[in-house]
Amino acid sequence: MSGFFDIPSDLQHSWLGLIGLHLREALLPVLAGLVLALPIAQLCVRFRWLYPPVLWVTTVLYAIPSLAFFVVLIDYTGQTELTVMIPLAVYSLVILVPAIVDGVRSVPQETLAAATAMGFGPLRRYVQVQLPIAVPAIIAGLRVAVVSSISLVSVGTLIGNQGALGNLLADSMFYHRPELAVNSVVTTAVLAIVIDALLVGLRHLLTPWMEDTAK
Amino acid sequence: MVSSGDFCQTRRVCGVLIRIDSVTKRYPDGTVAVDRLSLDIPDRSITVLVGPSGCGKTTTLRMINRMVEPSEGTILLDGRDIMRQPVNTLRRSMGYVIQNAGLFQHRTIIDNIATVPRLLGWGKEKARERARELMGRVGLDASLAKRYPYQLSGGQQQRVGVARALAADPPVLLMDEPFSAVDPVVRKGLQDELLRIQEELGKTIVFVTHDIDEAVKLGTMVAVMRTGGRLAQFAPPAELLSEPADEFVEDFLGADRGIRRLSFFPSAGLELVTAPVVATDSTAEQIAARDTPDAPYLLVTSPDGKPLGWSEPRNLTAGEIDPAQLLSYGRPFVAGTDSLRAALDCAVLSPTGWAVAVDADGRVAGVVSQQTIAEAIRGAHKESTSEAKALR
Ligand SMILES: Nc1ncnc2c1ncn2[C@@H]1O[C@H](COP(=O)(O)OP(=O)(O)O)[C@@H](O)[C@H]1O
Ligand SMILES: [Mg+2]
Repeated sequence: MSGFFDIPSDLQHSWLGLIGLHLREALLPVLAGLVLALPIAQLCVRFRWLYPPVLWVTTVLYAIPSLAFFVVLIDYTGQTELTVMIPLAVYSLVILVPAIVDGVRSVPQETLAAATAMGFGPLRRYVQVQLPIAVPAIIAGLRVAVVSSISLVSVGTLIGNQGALGNLLADSMFYHRPELAVNSVVTTAVLAIVIDALLVGLRHLLTPWMEDTAK
Repeated sequence: MVSSGDFCQTRRVCGVLIRIDSVTKRYPDGTVAVDRLSLDIPDRSITVLVGPSGCGKTTTLRMINRMVEPSEGTILLDGRDIMRQPVNTLRRSMGYVIQNAGLFQHRTIIDNIATVPRLLGWGKEKARERARELMGRVGLDASLAKRYPYQLSGGQQQRVGVARALAADPPVLLMDEPFSAVDPVVRKGLQDELLRIQEELGKTIVFVTHDIDEAVKLGTMVAVMRTGGRLAQFAPPAELLSEPADEFVEDFLGADRGIRRLSFFPSAGLELVTAPVVATDSTAEQIAARDTPDAPYLLVTSPDGKPLGWSEPRNLTAGEIDPAQLLSYGRPFVAGTDSLRAALDCAVLSPTGWAVAVDADGRVAGVVSQQTIAEAIRGAHKESTSEAKALR
């Protein structure tokens, strides 16, 4: 009888190896989404008319099932991690843009007026005043993006075993080893919880200026 | 129009720092917020813009640092058109203080105050040193330096706002209802502090408020604005109270402008009498000698001259004066320093109708009757009317 942590050799990874792979496939797209979302959000804040169409486009993107993405992408990027990560990056972007825009817009008018009056240009004001004050909202968005990304990676099992921990689900049926499915689900859930807790910790670290009651 | 030379003499300030010349602001939606406003803001003094809500005060103030661009007209700073100066350089030469302070909630108090010096390229340590110095100047305890804004009271936050505006030592301070959101006691403290800071640093301050009392208290010059962004009157506060330009200004000043005007008449000329004053250790002869028909009451002081209360002479027995039996003396005024308004207030509050004057140490300098105060008021009125005529 093989054990809970004995991973079938066709997956070419140990249990820990799968976790590393899973994290990479889940987190890199969130990072890419964040890097893209920051300038897009700034544009949406500066040019108010831009926000509704951007919101509309992102919502439509979010509505596309990941499977449909894979089908289209597979012709270009093949059965690779990249094919899994591109849709995840798009989903992250969709979650993060409104989170950042709302966070930045929640900065009090007086604070903005004071910054302008002290001679902050628009870019400096965005980076030094608006973004730091939006950190709690951005991290709230990141938490949603990261958790959904971690759970979505598993779908990658459909394109040539690119689903990291999700691949255990397919193997569980193939080898009639239900414990592999349990392993997959439990490990994914624990990963999501741990990363989420780390983000909460990060927010506490970055926002010593927040009242404790508000945390 | 007075020339700037006359201005120096009559207003005790020199020169015009900011000249607002027929400025109009029309917002894109068509609202005319400011309508052909002309104002010469004198150097090194406090000019208050006052008027009802929506009359264009904030718009006017924001045109001075170009947060709002005028639709017509020009604004000169020290003779130079502000539109020809780099906008951020202009803004960094003007401190800006607003209601609720507008502090950076994510920065410590000391880093809030150091903001503009840092923008100007000062090193971190030098900027913080300067910030620490300013905390002292505005009456903030050094222990607050590492706190965040949410940990401070509204009054303290407002002090931080003032310190932040002063940090790079700008010649001009623009203040938009800075003290409106704090309670009256704290507000009075902040106003006194501002007057002191202005005295020490000689800044040119443009101060916006909707509170006429605040305007009269702080302003060297007061510009009353009316709805539609037009100037109703521009005058020193005493002149505003004595000669409101029209009904609007008169209404805006409120019903008791006569009483308030007395704030501008010094009590220095009041003739104080010391006859009806005795001490707890006075002898029977001394008490008898003080008992004159002009003063139906005697003021009793402690042996070192602090006021204790009033009493009818026949109730006083030398050596057995009980302070608890005396009538309260109300609130004394400081002779010479306080105004006729304080003296009158004191006399009105006193159960005997006499006001108690004290020196700076709180010792009785003398007492004065309502009649004497009334005569002094009449005298002061006459003098100010003839002065005003001479000025024209
Ligand atoms: N950005 C704006 N767009 C259109 N109208 C404005 C704008 N800002 C102010 N106003 C209008 O201009 C007038 C003057 O406003 P403001 O200068 O803020 O007055 P105050 O500070 O005296 O209360 C008001 O009628 C106000 O509604
Ligand atoms: Mg206003």
